[in-house]
Amino acid sequence: MAILEGKKAIIIGDRDGVPGPAIAECVKTAGAEIVFSSTECFV
Amino acid sequence: MNSVIKGASYVLVHTPDMVYYNGTTQTTEMIVNPESEYLKEVKSNLRSYEDAVKYWPNQTYIGNVHPEELAGVEFPWYDKKKEDADRYGKYGEIMPEEEFLFLVQACDQFEVVRLDKDFVAEYKDKFAADPIIGEDIVAMIHEGVELSEIEHFVNEEHAEGLYFNDKLVGCVKRAHDIDVNLSAHVMHENLMSKASSVLALLYAVRNAGIDKAEVEYVIDCAEEACGDMNQRGGGNFAKAAAEIAGLVNATGSDARGFCAAPTHAVIEAAALVKSGAYKTVVVTSGGCTAKLGMNGKDHVKKGLPILEDCLGGFAVVISENDGVSPEIDLNVLGRHTVGTGSAPQNVIGSLVADPLDRVGMKITDIDKFSPEMQNPDITKPAGAGDVPLANYKMIGALAVKRGELDRKELANFTTEKGLTGWAPTQGHIPSGVPYIGPACEDIKEGKIKNAMIIGKGSLFLGRMTNLFDGVSFLIHGNTAAEEEAAAGVSEEEVKGLIAKAMKDFAATLMAE
Repeated sequence: MAILEGKKAIIIGDRDGVPGPAIAECVKTAGAEIVFSSTECFV
Repeated sequence: MNSVIKGASYVLVHTPDMVYYNGTTQTTEMIVNPESEYLKEVKSNLRSYEDAVKYWPNQTYIGNVHPEELAGVEFPWYDKKKEDADRYGKYGEIMPEEEFLFLVQACDQFEVVRLDKDFVAEYKDKFAADPIIGEDIVAMIHEGVELSEIEHFVNEEHAEGLYFNDKLVGCVKRAHDIDVNLSAHVMHENLMSKASSVLALLYAVRNAGIDKAEVEYVIDCAEEACGDMNQRGGGNFAKAAAEIAGLVNATGSDARGFCAAPTHAVIEAAALVKSGAYKTVVVTSGGCTAKLGMNGKDHVKKGLPILEDCLGGFAVVISENDGVSPEIDLNVLGRHTVGTGSAPQNVIGSLVADPLDRVGMKITDIDKFSPEMQNPDITKPAGAGDVPLANYKMIGALAVKRGELDRKELANFTTEKGLTGWAPTQGHIPSGVPYIGPACEDIKEGKIKNAMIIGKGSLFLGRMTNLFDGVSFLIHGNTAAEEEAAAGVSEEEVKGLIAKAMKDFAATLMAE
């Protein structure tokens, strides 16, 4: 996950898949800065 | 004793003109890109009524095709026609747009709906010929007005046009000069929701085999809001629709929770009946004009007809235990709580595994799961994938994680415990509830013993919280006889014993 170290991340999660906050938790531990995180409903 | 599901209805209304004039994908495009190629192509990509009736998922929704039969039809479905399709099904019907506009007028209590007199003359009898439409509703239709009057309201008074075959045939006027909550746009949206809910109520009462007067409470679970500038979501769609449907003994209220609302509402209804507060409660909802053609851009881009051309509606009748009908088990309720979190395993755990754990059941003990039942013919070309399948994979994965299912069985799990989606993408309409009708039949026929209904809602869309929501409940076969047997002697038997003792005593006295 070193590829995310020091990077800025824009996260769009899926309500019926993996929601934004869950992705954000993972991305944070990989060292990225989250500049935007949202969960969307695609149906 | 648990309350039971006495009957369910599922209705569609084919509204191709509303796709263009009222669906938000199209109306947004009219604002931001009025000369777009997409807008030019919308009308030529709309389906005829006949094609909408012959569409396999629509026939499944109204009950002419079992979901398992649909799963056997080669995918995709948009280019295949069910040849012996019927407008009417055991759960409801697919009402054409020209007839629906009359039902909308019947639902209008404030004279905001105007219909062209030539249109009324041509189609009123066709509407009246629908067997579910009673004389009481036909009597609510007004005489038509001159087209010039309608044109005046649309061009000069901010009215929303009502169209049929792309021709102006009526309008919905604003109900207030400055209150945006009573604008023509809002009135149009709310009247369409109310009218499709009325249609669902009429079929639900018929399908349950009850008298209209037996309904004591109605819960509306749509996603619209009616009110005015001082109480924007005041309500109450439920009682408003019950009035038109002739449910004279009913009061009611609205339950809201985005797409999760139907499942919340069914749980509330089951609890109201089980508590003894009301004997018969109906959960109902009409459809949503805003979502018409929601994925239209992707459909047109890929050469598909615009498949989101129908309003959906449904209703479920819940009543006291009759000893026969399938039960809603309030001991098995899943809920995504504030503290659950958003990790997929937590979400599915809270909705599926936790409620089963509480009663000592396993995920594999459930015969069918009904989560989001969106029709993949609509969602896959739009890039949203197969939503029911995604849910089944997560439920199956959790079963594997819990050691209840062998990893090799995961693929079988999605077909054995799952269903192929068939419901229109009308938000709350596909959320869990489309399978209630077929589930009750499957349980009564012994094909399955239980089914879990799961509703999820995107609360974050309202910008009041980042959370989403979900609840679930279990339907199983009727256990009244078992409960009575377990209780020892039934009430009827006690009455019989007392009557016999009294008779014997009387006989003794006579003899003396």
